[in-house]
Amino acid sequence: MATDVVIPNLMVMADLKGRVDPDWCPGCGDFGVLAAVQKALVELQIPQHEVVTVSGIGCSSNFPGFIETYGMHTLHGRSLPVASGMKLANHAMTVLVTGGDGDGFGIGCGHFVHTMRRNLDLTYIVMDNQIYGLTTGQTSPTSRIGMKTKSMPFGNVDAPVNPISLALAAGATFVARGFSGDQKHLVEILSKAIQHKGFSFIDVFSPCVTYNKDNTFQWFRPRVKKLEDNPEYDHGDWQMAMEKSTLWGDEIPIGLFFERTDVLAAHDAEPVLNAGPLVHQEMLIPEDVVKSFIHELM
Amino acid sequence: MRQSFTIGIGGAAGQGVATPGDIFCKIFSRRGLHVNAYNAYQSIIRGGHTFLTVRTGPDPVTNMGDSMDLLVPLNQDTMDRHLRLLKAGGACLYNDQITPSTPAEGVQLCPIPVAKLADITRNKLAQNTLTMGAALSMAGIGFPALESVIVEQFRKKDQSVIDENVSVARAGYDYATQNFRPFAWPLPMTENRYAVLSGNAAMAMGGAAAGVKFYCAYPMSPSTGVLHWMADHARKAGIVVRQVEDEIGVINMAIGAAHAGVRSMCATSGGGFALMSEGLGLSAQAEIPVVVIDCQRAGPSTGVPTKTEQGDLWQMLGAAFGDYPRVIAAPLDIGDCFTLMAEIFNIVDRFQCPGIVLCDLLLAEGRLSVDPQVLNFRPHVDRGELITSNGSDTHEEYKRYLITESGVSPRVIPGVPGHTHVVSSDEHDENGVLISDEYTNATKRRAMMEKRMRKEAGIAASVPAPKLAGPADAQVTLIGWGSTDGVIDEARELLADQGISANQLQIRWLVPLHGDAIVEILKNSKHTIIVENNFSGQFARYLRSETSFVANGHIRKYDGEPFMPHHIVEAVKDQLAGKTNLSVPTHEVMV
Repeated sequence: MATDVVIPNLMVMADLKGRVDPDWCPGCGDFGVLAAVQKALVELQIPQHEVVTVSGIGCSSNFPGFIETYGMHTLHGRSLPVASGMKLANHAMTVLVTGGDGDGFGIGCGHFVHTMRRNLDLTYIVMDNQIYGLTTGQTSPTSRIGMKTKSMPFGNVDAPVNPISLALAAGATFVARGFSGDQKHLVEILSKAIQHKGFSFIDVFSPCVTYNKDNTFQWFRPRVKKLEDNPEYDHGDWQMAMEKSTLWGDEIPIGLFFERTDVLAAHDAEPVLNAGPLVHQEMLIPEDVVKSFIHELM
Repeated sequence: MRQSFTIGIGGAAGQGVATPGDIFCKIFSRRGLHVNAYNAYQSIIRGGHTFLTVRTGPDPVTNMGDSMDLLVPLNQDTMDRHLRLLKAGGACLYNDQITPSTPAEGVQLCPIPVAKLADITRNKLAQNTLTMGAALSMAGIGFPALESVIVEQFRKKDQSVIDENVSVARAGYDYATQNFRPFAWPLPMTENRYAVLSGNAAMAMGGAAAGVKFYCAYPMSPSTGVLHWMADHARKAGIVVRQVEDEIGVINMAIGAAHAGVRSMCATSGGGFALMSEGLGLSAQAEIPVVVIDCQRAGPSTGVPTKTEQGDLWQMLGAAFGDYPRVIAAPLDIGDCFTLMAEIFNIVDRFQCPGIVLCDLLLAEGRLSVDPQVLNFRPHVDRGELITSNGSDTHEEYKRYLITESGVSPRVIPGVPGHTHVVSSDEHDENGVLISDEYTNATKRRAMMEKRMRKEAGIAASVPAPKLAGPADAQVTLIGWGSTDGVIDEARELLADQGISANQLQIRWLVPLHGDAIVEILKNSKHTIIVENNFSGQFARYLRSETSFVANGHIRKYDGEPFMPHHIVEAVKDQLAGKTNLSVPTHEVMV
């Protein structure tokens, strides 16, 4: 607990190294995301025991095992509700949520939309590789039309989800996109996202080197264009963000699409939490309140 | 035989059946009388037919009973459906615009000239208020009791509204005094005072008393009352309450909060529980304690949302795949809905596993008078082995899933320095590292399974075996579980009046069951009959699977309505006479 904390030295990357090495395929985009998250936490000097990393199921969802913070490896698609409960019960913790596109935009899409409209102070990092990896290469909700996979050998017939537009429409207060192949930029985005007081969503292109032969590092690299490099771009302008979110092809924007800071984070808007993190509050209900509860029934 | 008085009020949904019901409950309980209220209704907001039974008396009234003394039909439909159920000595109070059929001999018809006594153009609910006044006059209750409750009921309205309702009630009261014969048994008074509450409110309050700090739910009949109580009282009680997008989100959010270290709870009905099933497995595998309330309604599928059943037992027994320790308890009555919560929370906290409160619509939405002493907000709280601070700086490497003899590994509240670890839905090593993917290791898997399952012995030791109620040498043993406790108890009294001695084994803890103790009791029984509110004898099948015990007979009901005492009495008589070993009583009140 915060009161016991004595950190004599600055936290360094080695402190955040997990107990086991990642079991991702060599060259997987997720390595870059893991390193970027660790760098952002070191940059922000958030003590590791005040961080909880919550994931769903999938290659990228093995993330909590590879970083030395508190961690929860939950069910497929359910990382956001678990993280929401965690945050509401102890808002002193920094809660990072990690997972893939299948986990977040397929089986967990309902929770994705509703969590955004609640503006819980979570940082949701999706390692988006446009494919199902751990189940050995099936179509995902972000696979492009025509992409051939084991589950759609004649080409995907379903239009892909646009995670950025979806997040904007659902009322997310911080919406960004990163690229695992651009570490420095990704660390900047993650660092901003963690500091944002409210729900932050970062869709990260994190290529699958084993099953996705279409959307590779080489494919993304010439296409991604940083919004930060465009002096005209205003990330306070929702409509501009929505317009940019639809770009796909020769130019794919990355960076901070949208941020607003005028909406209270869920825990700040909850009167019960004015007294501090729920987990540190008194369990017993005061005698006079108990009396009033029973009096109502008499 | 216990003396009681029963009022039945019926009408279309939206005609205001609930308010007179609430008012009667309040007046009776303030008179020191026990109250039991059961509302038979349909899944409709306006129209249809709804019928509320309020039973009262100086002795505990544990169920709706067998007979009605006063019928208050608010529309023709109710008159047509229910008048024939009144017996000699009963009375029917109704708007004189409604036409009665011929009642049984000795039934008093009491038409009220509603249009003459009140301005029905201004007060659409005048007939309800008039009949309430008239009913209390006939039951021998002084007018001030009604007046004070009306004042309370309308306290947020203008004084003119209060005055008008009091004067309408008064007109009904006086009209009955002058024109109708009072009941032969004026309602007595006692010094006792009771709280009247629903099972849903009782479970919510019981949770609050047990220290629940986080509650979330998706609305689903008949469990929504828990959410309503929680939402209404959250700020005063210091509980965070959230309505979530679906039951999958609900169970997972509850688990997230529980992992953060607070007591966490949610409630649903069978369909919502089906969605929670995978989450229940997460609670078991990650060893995060959570309590789920399931208020059973008639299934399968959407089923009959407003009708009761004990049909979810096997869903609870089989919820989530794989083997894991779980606790399932069925409250015996509405007071027990409160008491059980602290007990089950202590067990799930100590053994870090999911707990299920298996309630049903009958208790969840029914109302009962409960001694306020039962509503103890200072119950014994045992949070189990929980690390809440770092203590000394030096400690051995923390292993979240440390293999221990009891199977319980000390849990740490996230945030404590030096204890970072991962909890996981995947199989894992003692320190939380996954062993399900490339680290798959048969020895470790076996050790973790056995560690978790060892908790079952501790759970069993924490829960008492059921006890036999009634004479040991009775002619028949009635076996029930959960909400049938009261109705079986009354049926035994009625059987005794007819010279048949019956005892009762009522099951409250379904898992752990204490099968050996049950068999030990039942081997002395002369004739055993299992009573349950479902088609297939879910408990009978469970008992057989756990103990090989087969009962002599069964009484089952699956028409959506609860048992009435005479259903059981008649079935027991038939079975003892050798007529059948499976009785399915007919519910004669058409609702």
